[in-house]
Amino acid sequence: MSLLEVNSLTVDYPTSRGTVHAVEDVSFSLEKGETLGLAGESGSGKSTLGLSIIRLVPYPGVIVKGRIKIGETDILKLPEHGMLSIRGRRIAYVFQDPMTSLNPVKRIGAHFVELIRTHEPNTSREEAFQRAKDMLKNLGILPERINDYPHQFSGGMRQRIMIGLAIALNPDLVVADEPTTALDVIVQAKILDLLESLREIYGMALILISHDLSIILERCNKIIVMYAGHMVEYANSTELHKSPKHPYTQGLLQSIPNIELADQKLSAIPGSPPNMLDPPKGCRFWPRCPYAKKKCSSKEPPLIDVGNNHFVRCFLYSEKGANSE
Amino acid sequence: MGLRSYIITRILLTIPTLLLLLSMVFIIMRVLPGDPVALHFERRGDPKQMEEMRRILGLDKPLWAQYMDYLWGLVDIGYYLEHGYPNLGKSMQTFEDVGGQIFSAFPATLELAIYSMIIASVIGILLGVISSKSYNSFIDHLIRGSGIVTYAVPVFFLGIIFQLIFGVYLGWLPTGQRISPNISPPATITGLYTIDSLLEGNFPKFFESLRALILPSLTLGIILSGIFVRLTRTNMLETLRLDFVTAARARGLKESTVTYGYALRNAFLPILTMMGLQFAMLLSGAILTETTFSWPGLGRYIYQRISFRDYTAIQGAVVMFGLFVTLVSLVVDILYAYFDPRIRL
Amino acid sequence: MSKAETKRRILGPLIPRLTSLAKKGPSGWMVIIGTIIVLALVIMTAIGPWVTPHDPTKYHGPIRTPPSLQFPMGTNHLGQDMLSRILCGGSLMLQVSALSVLVCFLIGVPIGLFSSYIGGIFDRTMSLVIDAIYAFPGLVIAIAVAAMLGTGVVNMALSIAVVYIPSYFRIVRSQVLSIKELTYIEAARAAGAKWHTILLRYIFPNVIPSIVVVASINFADAVLTAAGLTFIGLGVTIDIPDWGWDLTSGRALIASGAWWVITFPGLMIILLALGFTLIGDGLSELLNPKLQR
Repeated sequence: MSLLEVNSLTVDYPTSRGTVHAVEDVSFSLEKGETLGLAGESGSGKSTLGLSIIRLVPYPGVIVKGRIKIGETDILKLPEHGMLSIRGRRIAYVFQDPMTSLNPVKRIGAHFVELIRTHEPNTSREEAFQRAKDMLKNLGILPERINDYPHQFSGGMRQRIMIGLAIALNPDLVVADEPTTALDVIVQAKILDLLESLREIYGMALILISHDLSIILERCNKIIVMYAGHMVEYANSTELHKSPKHPYTQGLLQSIPNIELADQKLSAIPGSPPNMLDPPKGCRFWPRCPYAKKKCSSKEPPLIDVGNNHFVRCFLYSEKGANSE
Repeated sequence: MGLRSYIITRILLTIPTLLLLLSMVFIIMRVLPGDPVALHFERRGDPKQMEEMRRILGLDKPLWAQYMDYLWGLVDIGYYLEHGYPNLGKSMQTFEDVGGQIFSAFPATLELAIYSMIIASVIGILLGVISSKSYNSFIDHLIRGSGIVTYAVPVFFLGIIFQLIFGVYLGWLPTGQRISPNISPPATITGLYTIDSLLEGNFPKFFESLRALILPSLTLGIILSGIFVRLTRTNMLETLRLDFVTAARARGLKESTVTYGYALRNAFLPILTMMGLQFAMLLSGAILTETTFSWPGLGRYIYQRISFRDYTAIQGAVVMFGLFVTLVSLVVDILYAYFDPRIRL
Repeated sequence: MSKAETKRRILGPLIPRLTSLAKKGPSGWMVIIGTIIVLALVIMTAIGPWVTPHDPTKYHGPIRTPPSLQFPMGTNHLGQDMLSRILCGGSLMLQVSALSVLVCFLIGVPIGLFSSYIGGIFDRTMSLVIDAIYAFPGLVIAIAVAAMLGTGVVNMALSIAVVYIPSYFRIVRSQVLSIKELTYIEAARAAGAKWHTILLRYIFPNVIPSIVVVASINFADAVLTAAGLTFIGLGVTIDIPDWGWDLTSGRALIASGAWWVITFPGLMIILLALGFTLIGDGLSELLNPKLQR
């Protein structure tokens, strides 16, 4: 049995101007200790997907269809108080902006103590405090700073604290939503390395959400490419890198600049992400796709198995090809 | 800068503000009308009597001398030590020291103000939190609506209605005085009957004084709560959307912990500032409430002095109100710095 | 012009405006309802003297009678018909509050515009003085001024105006400060526009929406402060029907259980203040949609 299984997940945001289908019919699985990368532009639905795993999709979002199972537990069927023992304990979340993810009026030691004592109520304050100090050491932060406030730390250090809070109770799965986007490049690498080393020590699975495909290719076993709420490609990372099938994925890979090539023209995917209130009919990528045919603008392509555990949502790979009806 | 240096700076800043305030009161109540004595006698008085009054009250001196006397009266420590109250002039009606009258009336207003503010903020914050958590629901609209309506109700009208319902029809609660006439008030330590009776260990007196406080402080508290409801709701709605709130939920913390320990604690500071700002409004309302309930505080003192056209006494009371508000705003600023470590650094 | 044509001409442009206002959600509704309430009360007060069943100042019935068919709102301690007094009683409050809003506007807005535009020491001193007044309990200021000026509609309006001038000053100032440094103002200055042109033609129009909001809330506050001044004894002494006066004098009758003398005037004052508050709050939300999701 997989650690995490997601089937046909659909999440909508009903607004006064119409319904946004932020995530539509997404399915995947994750094994213990694996890393899954969720790649896509802003608005592709990757953050919503991450949040739905712990049922914290912000108002007015609703999970309208699907099944999410962690181990034996069906997350969507749990009552609210059941979720309390999942969040922070079995599934942990690292948010994007470290500057705003910590409680400004709470000392960082208190963040840890509160977390530990919420999930393990029999822990004494001294014990929890000591564990917090040990955790800070593992994160590369001076334990004496345990009574400092969040604003006294830099962005990179705050992100480490967030990661520390995420792994403090040895969760089965950590979801990291753009953990490095708000940080500068040098700190980025350090944070990702930290995540990796902690993962190796504690053996947890990781879902890494990012718009930066290069990071995902480097650090993940499996990759899902999201576009406008749809999962357009799903494969192992080496497979994806070697032979990307979906035109969008190909475009993304091409646009990663190569530092070793001189005189490189930056290539970009023409057009811009669709308006989610009124997405294109048929395949949502067709207006920007160099291979688009008439079929693409009228029918939605299904997810097609091209072998090697590789799936693509594109008519180019259907048996009859994109040119047939 | 640390908390201590902030406090010192803040206290020093109060001095020019106070000076400005006192000067403004002087201008309105001495300079503008020209001759307060003539006003008192409605310009029909016997000139000899008027001259006599001016002499006793020190109103025959040139304006700048009066101004100096006026300012000196407030910082004259010697006078304060001798009398137990500052020199705020003499009453036109009885020639008694206004300072003494004001200081004996003040504790009643202080007690009323404290309880009213407690009621207003508790009601306001609770309703505001409930309203924000059930955004756009019927409860939310109901609470918001009642917040708007309470703002439009004249405080004395509500007071009279309460007196009617609870005092006359149901006969439950007393409608005047700080304590039933049968019981003597507790020994004066703070001047607040409820505290003093507790300090004395005298529970019947405590309950009696509490009973007398219920209607007036409820009246004032309800009227004031409207602003707190709206402010709490607005701040909570903003704060509940912030990342650290979702992050807290993502760590499996209970919703009540998230609402109060994370959202409210961060949304609270502007509410605290508002409490300070609202104090001025509270005092305005206290004047009307005390008049309605015959509560023997500074508000009712002003009301009585108006009917006697006792302008020097009114001036003294206005000064007292000004001092009170300045002091409260100082305390609020210091509390704010204490609660928000960011503002000190 | 036929009646149908007249109706169409007036209602024509009005209806789409109203429906678009209503579509904007609860804030639009607040403005509409508030305006209806205020207009209704103004009209009632205006035509009041002609439709009263009895002369409100004459003593018609037995004193202190509860509501009945002859006197639907009862009579007060002087035997005057309460219903008639209610119909006519808004005039004093409306006059006083309208006058005080006008004074506030005429003084507060120009000073605010001028001071914040000039900046420098003048602005800082002005702000200090204004803030000191603003922090002071409103009713206390009104009492101080009213006690010195004496009774009368104008004096009452002035006493109330002093209290609320700071609100106009502050809102104008905060708006001007944020607009002042925008590039299009700089461009105008570079093109040689004189300071008063810039103030009047460029800055002032942008400040108007906030002023309207402040004015509505100001109206509500003025009504309540006027009632408060009357209650304290600093009201107007002329013998005209006035809700504030009825509320004050009716207080003595409470002990005997005569609830109708204060209840109806009180409700009227609440309604008037509510109307203005709704307009002000609704407009403020429409112009400042901080919470639009």
